[in-house]
Amino acid sequence: MSYDTVVVGAGLAGLTAALRLSERGQHVLIVARGVGATHLAPATVDVLGYLGDTQVASPAASLPGLSNGHPYGHVPVDQLTTALAWFCAHTAALGYAGGPGENLLLPTALGVPKPSALAPRSMAGGDLRAGGRFVFVGFKGFKDFHPTLIAANLARARLPLSIEARALELEPPPTRRGDLSGRVMAGRFDNEQLTDWLVHALEHRVEPDERIGVPAVLGLRSDAPWQELEKRLQRKVFEVATLPPSVPGIRLFQALSAALRSGGVRMVFGVTAVGARINAGRIEAVEVANATGTHAYPVTSVVLASGGFASGGLELDSFGTTRETVFDLPLSGLPEGHRVRFAPRYFDEQPLATAGVATDDLLRPVDGSSRPVYENLHAAGAILAGATPWKEKSGTGISVATGYAAAEGILVPAAAPVSEAVR
Amino acid sequence: MNDAIRDSLDHCVKCTVCESFCPVSQVTPLFPGPKYAGPQAERYRGAGPSADSSVDYCSGCGICTQVCPQDVKIAEINSRARAALWEKRGVPLRNQLIARPTVIGRLGTPVAPLANWALHNRTVRGVVQSVIGIHRDAPMPSFAGRTFQRRSRSHHGPSAGPAVVYFHGCGTNYYEPRVGEMLVAVLEHNGFRVIVPPQDCCGLPLQSNGNFPAARTYVRRLVDRLAPHARAGLPIVSNSTSCGLMLKREAHEILGIEDDDLAIVSKSMYDVCEFLLGLHERGELRTDFNSLPLTIPYHAPCQQRGHGIGKPALDLLALVPDLNMIELDVDCCGIAGTYGLKKEKYDISMAVGKRLFDDIAATGSRVAACDSETCRWQITHGTGVKSVHPIELLYRAYGLGRNRSVPVKAGRPTAQVNA
Repeated sequence: MSYDTVVVGAGLAGLTAALRLSERGQHVLIVARGVGATHLAPATVDVLGYLGDTQVASPAASLPGLSNGHPYGHVPVDQLTTALAWFCAHTAALGYAGGPGENLLLPTALGVPKPSALAPRSMAGGDLRAGGRFVFVGFKGFKDFHPTLIAANLARARLPLSIEARALELEPPPTRRGDLSGRVMAGRFDNEQLTDWLVHALEHRVEPDERIGVPAVLGLRSDAPWQELEKRLQRKVFEVATLPPSVPGIRLFQALSAALRSGGVRMVFGVTAVGARINAGRIEAVEVANATGTHAYPVTSVVLASGGFASGGLELDSFGTTRETVFDLPLSGLPEGHRVRFAPRYFDEQPLATAGVATDDLLRPVDGSSRPVYENLHAAGAILAGATPWKEKSGTGISVATGYAAAEGILVPAAAPVSEAVR
Repeated sequence: MNDAIRDSLDHCVKCTVCESFCPVSQVTPLFPGPKYAGPQAERYRGAGPSADSSVDYCSGCGICTQVCPQDVKIAEINSRARAALWEKRGVPLRNQLIARPTVIGRLGTPVAPLANWALHNRTVRGVVQSVIGIHRDAPMPSFAGRTFQRRSRSHHGPSAGPAVVYFHGCGTNYYEPRVGEMLVAVLEHNGFRVIVPPQDCCGLPLQSNGNFPAARTYVRRLVDRLAPHARAGLPIVSNSTSCGLMLKREAHEILGIEDDDLAIVSKSMYDVCEFLLGLHERGELRTDFNSLPLTIPYHAPCQQRGHGIGKPALDLLALVPDLNMIELDVDCCGIAGTYGLKKEKYDISMAVGKRLFDDIAATGSRVAACDSETCRWQITHGTGVKSVHPIELLYRAYGLGRNRSVPVKAGRPTAQVNA
């Protein structure tokens, strides 16, 4: 069983690359230590929300303002546009709305307007740009979601047009559950007809011109409860992202993995890619540690989407040495010398903030003299150097754009034919 | 003990990915979830057992460990916490009994017809439920009567050819000796000489029921039987994914056994489909398969996923002309070895399995494929659909004897050929 491409990592970047490659006929294997950040992030695609301290209205127009060496530097705007359209088409069940031309402004669980290029239809109705009247609904017992906080913070937020926001706290039907996580609540919407309860609880308490924001727990398997709610209430209803686990993120993971499975992509979790067999500047096989030892998977190409520091794609040891953990690739964005001194405040300028692998335009990691380290190795997602996604609000956008572009980087020179997969 | 397991909890960033995947906490509030019962509660356990018994509701499926992005050994932490709990309280008689398949096998085999009548008699099962606590509806296999060990003694395979050692496990020995015979036939068809050493339980059921000392005794005894072959450089294959995983990893990681015999046996262990696919990768697998015009859903059991080898059964079956396998996407069937047999856990196990049962039913197939024996019994119990080991499909595709257990017209024939 030989694979054309092995993708290391199952976050949004890895899943995107794998899906693009498989739909172009490649036989793809994903190996991952575990599930990526899709389960944690709100499932919006944030291309670019801030340039410095300035909020971005149009990501497409603002991308040229990014510094040299930013991952988007290797993804032309038209390719980014194609990648986003492709993403929407492959997640049709979630009905993504938006595009690179303008950002939606969606409320977070803290009541902060957050710019996103794409949002699933169940969230897109929360767009604050047009102003209007909002009611935010909380469920008693559901942790870390406080409608009063959301409404109060939004009232102070800088928005293009003024909004009116109020809060409503509802008591859901009793349950034996002591701890109501997002997943548990979403499961109740799937299985216990909580939609009926919510319709009855809201129908006489919401004005005809109010939009209704509820925690993003309207169905785990699909957004059917959201659709039903909007239809029966005859109002715009939208989900507001919660603290992890992210139910819309779980739906996104499910949608992508279903597409991957039907494309014949094999996903193996709980294993660690530990190295490669190299021959003449190419990776011949990826070595993967499983239950008993190391298995070498022969490959034509490799996508490294193992994530940054948080996911273990990059590692900083107690001696101040930073390394890329799978292939020991050269890194860019490291501080001079070995001593890493962190600034006192979390959101200060920090050393290592932009550390990662630098690449060429085919997303191939390069060495200090800008030459590809391995001819057939491409990188995508949070492992790339040059971005500060938590400030720029660009993490998911970079994952989709570079996941897609890395796949294209493999496919384009595919005058090198896709090997006849043994299936 | 292996401290790497407990120390791994410091890697937990409380991201809740494990909570999102846990099939048990999804259906019952009695298990608070892998993060709560595992890395979080473990910090408070210190040397003593859990203050509450909720960790006993963990089924041990291991999905949490597989999906954890930070390599926290969640299932392993919970497995040990469960053992500490039962060490303090004393493992109940019921759990001692169902955790000893060889004892049950030796008792039931000589009186197989009577034992099978009793296992499937409503009145007897009702009494067993109230006296011992095994749920009256829980799936029970039938004793075969003549064990695989006995059958293999009268089997005369080839005397030459490369040798492979077969660890068949208790399920094959007492309940499904035909699966063992088919596995041997498939290996012999590929030119192997199959050695079947005398063998006993691997101790996994005792481990998952919290009796670590007895589990260690069993696994050491088994390793003693297998180690000389491993030292001779022979591969060992298994068709039981959970027992194979016990030898590959769990005896070391969970029971904390550190010895050279176990280490070499672990390195020599292969799931049978993994082994056959390895042959294929080297161009050594015979591919003289006949057409099998069937559409069959395949469930990779949770313990199979713990091997970290992908889904070799699907890769192999893709070589069979006209056979269309449907890859199911459900993590667990609910039975988790002996978990679903227990009176207080049966309903949970059926609720966990419901998605799998529904998905299998939706395919309209009369046959399902799955690598693990207890999962197959659960699937049949939950769906009424016959359930076979992938080796049985290979056996049929090779045309190795007439086998009636897969109905010829099962499923919807398809025109798709994956050659």
